Amino acid sequence: MCTQGLDQPRTLAAEDVSARAEHFEARVAAEDKIEPPDWMPDAYRALLIRQIAQHAHSEIVGMLPEGNWLSRAPSLRRKGILLAKVQDEAGHGLYLYSAAETLGVTRDELVDQLLAGTAKYSSIFNYPTLTWADVGAVGWLVDGAAIMNQVPLCRCSYGPYARAMVRICREESFHQRQGFELLTVLAQGTPAQHAMAQDALDRWWWPAVMMFGPPDSESTHNDRSLRWKVKRFTNDELRQKFVDLTVPQAQFLALTVPDPDLAYDGEHWRFGKPDWSEFKRVVKGDGPCNRERLVARRTAHEDGAWVREAAVAHAAKRVLV
Amino acid sequence: MGDHEVEALLRVADSCLVLAQRLTGWCGHAPALEEDIALANVALDVLGQARGLLTRAGELEAAGRDEDALAYLRDAPDFRNLLLVEQPNGDFAHTMLRQFLFDAWAVELWPELASSTDPVIAGIAGKAAKEAAYHLRHSAGWVERLGDGTDESHRRMLASLEDLWPYAGEAFLDDDVDRAAAEAGLAPLPSSLLAGWRARVEAVLTESTLPVPPDPWWQRGGRQGRHTEQLTRLLAEMQVVHRAYPGARW
Ligand SMILES: [Fe+2]
Ligand SMILES: [Fe+2]
Repeated sequence: MCTQGLDQPRTLAAEDVSARAEHFEARVAAEDKIEPPDWMPDAYRALLIRQIAQHAHSEIVGMLPEGNWLSRAPSLRRKGILLAKVQDEAGHGLYLYSAAETLGVTRDELVDQLLAGTAKYSSIFNYPTLTWADVGAVGWLVDGAAIMNQVPLCRCSYGPYARAMVRICREESFHQRQGFELLTVLAQGTPAQHAMAQDALDRWWWPAVMMFGPPDSESTHNDRSLRWKVKRFTNDELRQKFVDLTVPQAQFLALTVPDPDLAYDGEHWRFGKPDWSEFKRVVKGDGPCNRERLVARRTAHEDGAWVREAAVAHAAKRVLV
Repeated sequence: MGDHEVEALLRVADSCLVLAQRLTGWCGHAPALEEDIALANVALDVLGQARGLLTRAGELEAAGRDEDALAYLRDAPDFRNLLLVEQPNGDFAHTMLRQFLFDAWAVELWPELASSTDPVIAGIAGKAAKEAAYHLRHSAGWVERLGDGTDESHRRMLASLEDLWPYAGEAFLDDDVDRAAAEAGLAPLPSSLLAGWRARVEAVLTESTLPVPPDPWWQRGGRQGRHTEQLTRLLAEMQVVHRAYPGARW
C-alpha cells in the first residue's frame, strides 16, 4: 500500500514528462515563446542558464579592458561616450543575470562561479587594450561581432532572453557605430594616429573572428541549440557574415586586414584559417589577461563585501524601527 | 567679461571635471553592479556640467580655448578645483563621503547659478540643479547606510570623516574673485551657501549615527591654484594621450 502510494505518482510523472516534452518541442517548432512558468526539459534549462550566464559574465568582464582607458580618453567628448558605453555593459550584465534568474538560479550563485573560475566568459576580453585606438577597435569589432551573434538571439525560443537581447542589441549597435567613428577619426588623422589604428586592427582582428567559437566541425553545442531555437545560425555562418560585413568597413578606413588569404569570390570574403590553438589556449586560461581579469573581479567583490553587508544590516535596522 | 569672472567659472568647472575623473576609477570595480551604474551616472552628469562650464569659460575668455584645451593643456597650478575632489577614491566610504560633502554644496550652488546674469550658465545650472538633487539622495543614502550599518562600516565612515572633513569648508571661503563674480550677478558668494550646507550635512551625519566634527582649520588653496600632492598625478594620467599627440583631433 505504502510503496504503491509512492510508485504511482512517479509513473504518472514519467508519462507526464514525455507528454510535456512533446508539447514543448511542438511549441518550439511553432516559434512559440517559452516563458518562466512553462514546463521545459532540464537540458534546455541547463543550456540556457549556461549560455545566459556566460553572456552576462562577458558583459561584466568586458567592462575592464575598455574601462582601462576611461581615465585617459583624449577628449572630454570621448570620455563621456566611453563612460556611457561601459555603463551600458553593466546594464546588459544586470538584464542578463535577471533573465538567468527566471530559470531558477540566483545572481549570487552565478557570480560565485565566475569568481571561482568555473564559469566561462567571452575569451576576447582576455586580450589587453594597449592604446587608445583599441577602444575604437573593441567597439567596432568586438561589439560588431557580438551584434552578429546576438541579433538572432532576439528570436530565441526563451522569452526573457529574447526580450533582454532586443534591448541589448539596440545599444550594442550604437557601440559599434561609435567605435567605428572613433577609428575613422584616427585613420584619417595624423600618420601616428593612423598607425595606432592599424596596430589595433592587427591585434584585434583574429580574436574577433574567433569570437564566434570553434568551427562547426568541432562545436559541441550547436545541434541541440539550433533545434531548440536558442541559436539560429552556426558559428561558421555567423563568422562569414561578420567577415563579409567588416572587410568593406576596413577598406573604407584605409586599414589593412591582417590576413594574406583574404579574397573576394564574388559572393563572400574568403578568409584564412584562424589560429585555433591560440583560441584554445586563451579559453583554457593562458591568454594575456585571464588572471588579471579574474583578479580584478575578485578584488572588486571582496573589497565590496563590507559595503554589501552594511547595506543589509542597515535595511534590517530600518525594518525593526 | 573680466578675468575674475572666467576664474570664478573655472572654480566650479574644474571641481566637476576632477570629480568626474576620480569617479571613473570605480567603473568596473564597484561593490555591486548597481553601484557601477550609479557611480557612472554621477560621473557622466558632473562631466557634462564640467564640459558646459569649460566651454562657456573658454568663450568668455575669448582666447580660442575650447573645453579640451582647458582640460588637457593646463597644468595643476592653473586648475581651480576644490581640494576635496582631488582627494583619492580610497575605499567606498571615502568616495561616498567625498561625494556627499560635494553634493550638499552642489545643491546649494546650482539653484543660485540658475539665476546667473549669464543665460548660458543659467541654462547649464538649471539642469545641473536637478542632477545634483538626485546625486545627493544617492550619496546621503550611502552615508546613512554605512554610518549606521555594521561596526566595520561605521569605523570606515569615521576614518573617512577624519580624512576628508578638513577639505569640506574650502567651498565657502570668499576671496576677491568671488566678490567680483557676485557683484556682476554671475555667481553667488561662496559664504552665502554655508548655512544651507551645514544644516544638511549635520542632519545626515546625525541620522547616520556619525559625529559632526568641530570646524577645523579648513584646508584651502585649490580655488587659487595651490593644490595638494594628489592633483599632478591625476592630471598626468588624464592628459597623457592628448598631450602625446599635439594638435591631433580625436
Ligand atoms: Fe554589452
Ligand atoms: Fe557593447
